Amino acid sequence: MAGADGDDSLYPIAVLIDELRNEDVQLRLNSIKKLSTIALALGVERTRTELLPFLTDTIYDEDEVLLALAEQLGNFTMLVGGPEYVHCLLPPLESLATVEETVVRDKAVESLRKISQEHSPVDLEVHFEPLVKRLASGDWFTSRTSACGLFSVCYPRVSSTVKAEIRQHFRTLCSDDTPMVRRAAASKLGEFAKVLELDYVKSDIISLFTALASDEQDSVRLLAVEACVSIATLLPQEDLETLVMPTLRQAAEDKSWRVRYMVADKFSELQKAVGPEITKNDLVPAFQNLLKDCEAEVRAAAANKVKEFCENLPEDSRENVIMSHILPCVKELVSDTNQHVKSALASVIMGLSTILGKDNTVEHLLPLFLAQLKDECPEVRLNIISNLDCVNEVIGIRQLSQSLLPAIVELAEDAKWRVRLAIIEYMPLLAGQLGVEFFDEKLNTLCMAWLVDHVYAIREAATCNLMKLVEKFGADWAQNTIVPKVLGMANDPNYLHRMTTLFCVNSLSEACGQEITTKQMLPVVLKMSSDPVANVRFNVAKSLQKIGPVLDSSALQGEVKPILEKLASDQDMDVKYFAQEAISVLALA
Amino acid sequence: MAGVGGGNDFQWCFSQVKGAIDEDVAEADIISTVEFNYSGDLLATGDKGGRVVIFQREQECKNRPHSRGEYNVYSTFQSHEPEFDYLKSLEIEEKINKIRWLPQQNAAHFLLSTNDKTIKLWKIGERDKRAEGYNLKDEGGMPRDPFPITSLRVPVLKPMDLMVEASPRRIFANAHTYHINSISVNSDFETYLSADDLRINLWHLEITDRSFNIVDIKPANMEELTEVITAAECHPNQCNVFVYSSSKGTIRLCDMRAAALCDRHTKFFEEPEDPSSRSFFSEIISSISDVKFSHSGRYMMTRDYLSVKVWDLNMENRPVETYQVHEYLRSKLCSLYENDCIFDKFECCWNGTDSAIMTGSYNNFFRMFDRSSRKDVTLEACRESSKPRALLKPRKVCTGGKRKKDEISVDSLDFNRKILHTAWHPNDDIIAVAATNNLYIFQDKFN
Repeated sequence: MAGADGDDSLYPIAVLIDELRNEDVQLRLNSIKKLSTIALALGVERTRTELLPFLTDTIYDEDEVLLALAEQLGNFTMLVGGPEYVHCLLPPLESLATVEETVVRDKAVESLRKISQEHSPVDLEVHFEPLVKRLASGDWFTSRTSACGLFSVCYPRVSSTVKAEIRQHFRTLCSDDTPMVRRAAASKLGEFAKVLELDYVKSDIISLFTALASDEQDSVRLLAVEACVSIATLLPQEDLETLVMPTLRQAAEDKSWRVRYMVADKFSELQKAVGPEITKNDLVPAFQNLLKDCEAEVRAAAANKVKEFCENLPEDSRENVIMSHILPCVKELVSDTNQHVKSALASVIMGLSTILGKDNTVEHLLPLFLAQLKDECPEVRLNIISNLDCVNEVIGIRQLSQSLLPAIVELAEDAKWRVRLAIIEYMPLLAGQLGVEFFDEKLNTLCMAWLVDHVYAIREAATCNLMKLVEKFGADWAQNTIVPKVLGMANDPNYLHRMTTLFCVNSLSEACGQEITTKQMLPVVLKMSSDPVANVRFNVAKSLQKIGPVLDSSALQGEVKPILEKLASDQDMDVKYFAQEAISVLALA
Repeated sequence: MAGVGGGNDFQWCFSQVKGAIDEDVAEADIISTVEFNYSGDLLATGDKGGRVVIFQREQECKNRPHSRGEYNVYSTFQSHEPEFDYLKSLEIEEKINKIRWLPQQNAAHFLLSTNDKTIKLWKIGERDKRAEGYNLKDEGGMPRDPFPITSLRVPVLKPMDLMVEASPRRIFANAHTYHINSISVNSDFETYLSADDLRINLWHLEITDRSFNIVDIKPANMEELTEVITAAECHPNQCNVFVYSSSKGTIRLCDMRAAALCDRHTKFFEEPEDPSSRSFFSEIISSISDVKFSHSGRYMMTRDYLSVKVWDLNMENRPVETYQVHEYLRSKLCSLYENDCIFDKFECCWNGTDSAIMTGSYNNFFRMFDRSSRKDVTLEACRESSKPRALLKPRKVCTGGKRKKDEISVDSLDFNRKILHTAWHPNDDIIAVAATNNLYIFQDKFN
C-alpha cells in the first residue's frame, strides 16, 4: 500500500506526542527532550500553529519537565522556520518566565537571551521588546525579575527612543516594591551597565547603583557590591573616586556583616577594577579592617584573599605595604579565636613567602608557619602541610622539618580517621620534598602503621600511598624498605592484616616490576592460597589475576595455574568464582 | 471600623461557621492554626489531623448581595502524615502547628505549614484547561488501531471546570531536634526562620538541604536548662530584625546584621515582677505563648496566661499597654494547674490598622481591646447566636459577689472549650475564630 512506509515512521512520533501527556513524569520528560524530533516530523508550519500553542499552556507540569522545555525552546529557531519566525517562540518562553521556580525562570530567560540574537532588528522592536516591557510591568514579581535579565540583550540593537524606554523600565525595577525584583535588578546592574553608553552609565547607572547600595535590605545591598566591580571597570580612572569610591567605602563598613562579607569575598576583583592608586590609598586600610572584622565569617573571607591581594599590589610599594600593614593583621589572625579563620589563613599564608622572598620569610613568616603547625585544630595544620611546596621553593623545607615532624606524627595518630586520611594523602608530596633519607628515618614507620589501622578507608589509602612512594623512590628502595614489611604481614594472626598484604601486592606489583613481583611477592601470595579464611583465599585469586600481566609465562603456567585450579575446586562458592574468573582472564584454561 | 468608631464599639455580627455540629469531636478535627493571606482573600486552617483547609472569599455578586465576604472551601489537602522516628523511638504527630503564607508571586498561592519536625512549602494553583487528543487512543483511553497512521495529532487545550490543586514544592526536614513552635517569613521574601524549644534556624526558601542556626540556647548540660523559646517572629519590614520570646516572660530582639550567630541579643524586653503578686504560679503564667509584631513594625504584642502586653520596640523596661484577658482566673490557678489548662498556649493578633487586638479565652470566649479608647469586650463563639448577621452579645463574667443577670459565674466556665487561635483580616473587619473543631467567621455590622 502506498504510504505504508510513512505510517511506520510516524508511529514513534505519535508515541512521543502522546507521551507529552503521560502520567509518568519520566516519560513526559523523555518526550520533551525529543521535542525537536516531534517538531521535525510536524514541519515548521504545524510546529508554529499547533505545537507551540499547546506548549505555551503546559506550565502546570513538574519543574524538571518545564526546565527541559525551557532549554529546548532556546534551540528551536530552525524548527519553526528560521530567524524569520523566531518570534513564535516568545509566547511559550514568556509563560515559562513567570513560573515560581527560579531554575525554570532562569532557563527561560537564558533561552530568551539566546533567541534574541536571532531576531532581526525590526523583529526585536516589534516582538521581543514588547515582551520585555510586558514582563517588566507584570503584576507578579516573578515576571519582573525575569525582565531584569533581558534588558541588556536588546538594548544594543534597538532605536534610541526604545533605548530610552528600556532605561526607564530598568530604573523602575531598581526601585520596585518587592526586594526580589530589586535583587534581580541589582544582580543585572553590572551587565546592563556594560551595554550602556558611557554618558548614561555616569548619569543613570551610578545613581541606581548608589540607591541599591543603600537599600534597606541587606540582601539587595550585598548584590550592589558585585555590580561595583563591573561598573568600576567601565569608568575612566579619574571618575572612580567621585562616582564609585564613596559607595564602596560605605559597603566595606556596612552595618550588616553579610555586606562586608561580600566586599571581602570580591576583594581581588575590586582591587583589579579600581587600579593601583586607589588600592594603595583606600583598599589597604579597608582590607586591614576586614581582617580585623568583629564577625568571624568576614575575617575568614578576607583571610582567604590575603595572598591574592598581596600579589596584586603595585610592585613598587608591595613589600612595604605587606610588611607594615598586612603582616601585623596576619600575625593576629594566626591566633584567632575562630578555627575557620585560622584554617582559611593557613590555606593561603604559605603563598606569601614567594612574594616576600627568602629573608623576610625566614624572619617573619617562618614563626607564623611554625605556630600554625602547632595549632590545636587539625585542619589548620593540614592546610599548612598541604601547601609546603610554596615554601620549599623559597627557603627549602629543612628550616621547617624540625617542627614538621611532630605535626605530621600527631596528625597521623589523630583520633579522627578523616584527619588521618587527609595526612596520608599528603605523604607522597611530603616525601618528595623531604627526600628519601628523611623519609626512611622518620616517616616510614608511620606509613607502615597505617597498614594495620582499624579503619578500612585508612588501610586502603595506605596501600595506595605505598604505590605512590614506590613510584617516587623507585623499585630498589621498595625492595629494601617496603616489600619485606608488607610480606611479613602475611603471617599475621589477624586475617584483615593478611588481606592487606594482598592489597599491597595488587597495587605495588606494577611499580616494583617483574623481578620483585615474581621472586618475592608471588611465593607469598601462592602460599596464602591455603589460608583457613575464605576471604583471604578469594583475594588470593583476585591478586593473582591482578599481578598476572606482570609475570612471565613460565611462572604463570608453572606456579599460578595449579594454584588457581586448586582454588577453582574450593568448597567456598566465592573462592571458586574468583578463581574461575582469574583463570579465564589470564587465559590459563 | 469596628472597635474604633466612637459610640458603637465592637459591634460584630455572625457571618459563617465551618465544621461539624456533632457534640463529640474527633481529635483530628480540632483546629490548630488559623491564618489569613496577605490580601485576606484566602483563609487557611490547619488541624490536628494534619490537614490544611483553605477558604476563599467570594467576590461580591449582584444577585446575592449578602454573600459578600463569605468564605467558601477552596482547597483541602493532607499536609502532614503521622510518622515514627525509629532512632529515637518517638511518634511524630501530624498536627499542623503553624501556617504562614508567602507573598503572592504569580497566579498561584504558596504557604508554609509545619508540624513538630518538618516544614513544607505548598503551592495552591488553579487549572482550567485540559489537553485533548491522542494519536494512539481515543479520549476514553481505548487504544486506536495503530495502523495506518496517516497524520499526527497535536493535543489541543480545551477549557474545563476550574480545578484547584495543592502540591508540595519543598520539604524542609531534619533541622529540628525539638518541637517547632513558630515559623515566620522574612521581609526579604527569600528566607524564613523556624524556632523550636531551644534553637532558631534560618532557611532559604529555595534550599531544603541546609539551614543556618542563628540562635541556640541549649546549655551544655541539660540539667541547667532554665528557659525555652516559646515563639519567634521576623520584623514586618526590617529584614535583619527578629524577636523570640521565652518561657520566663522575656523577649529578645536580635539584629542579624551584627553577627552570623545571634546568641547575643540587641534588645531585651522584660517587665519587672511585682513582688506583691508573686506566687507559686508566677513563673508559669508569665511564660509567653505568642509574640506578634504590629503591621507598622513599631510595636509588638505578647500574650501570657492572663494578659496581653503591647511593647514599643524603643522601650525595653516595660510594656506600653497591658490588657487583662481573664483576670478572674487568678484565684483559680490551682485548679487550672491540676487540669493542665495553665499550660494552654493562647495566641493573639492585631487588626489591619494596629488599632485593636484580639485574643482568646475559655468557655469559647474571645476578647478584643481597642487601643485608643482602652475599651474591651468579651464575645462568644457559639452556635446559638449563629443566625446570619445576628449581632454578637457582649458577655460578662461575674467576679465574685452577687451574680447579675446576663453574667456567668467563674465556676460555670467550661475550660474544655477554649479559643487558642484567632486571625484578623489584614484590611477589613473580618475575624476568624477557631473554637475546637469549628471555625467561626464574624464581621463588623456594617459589612
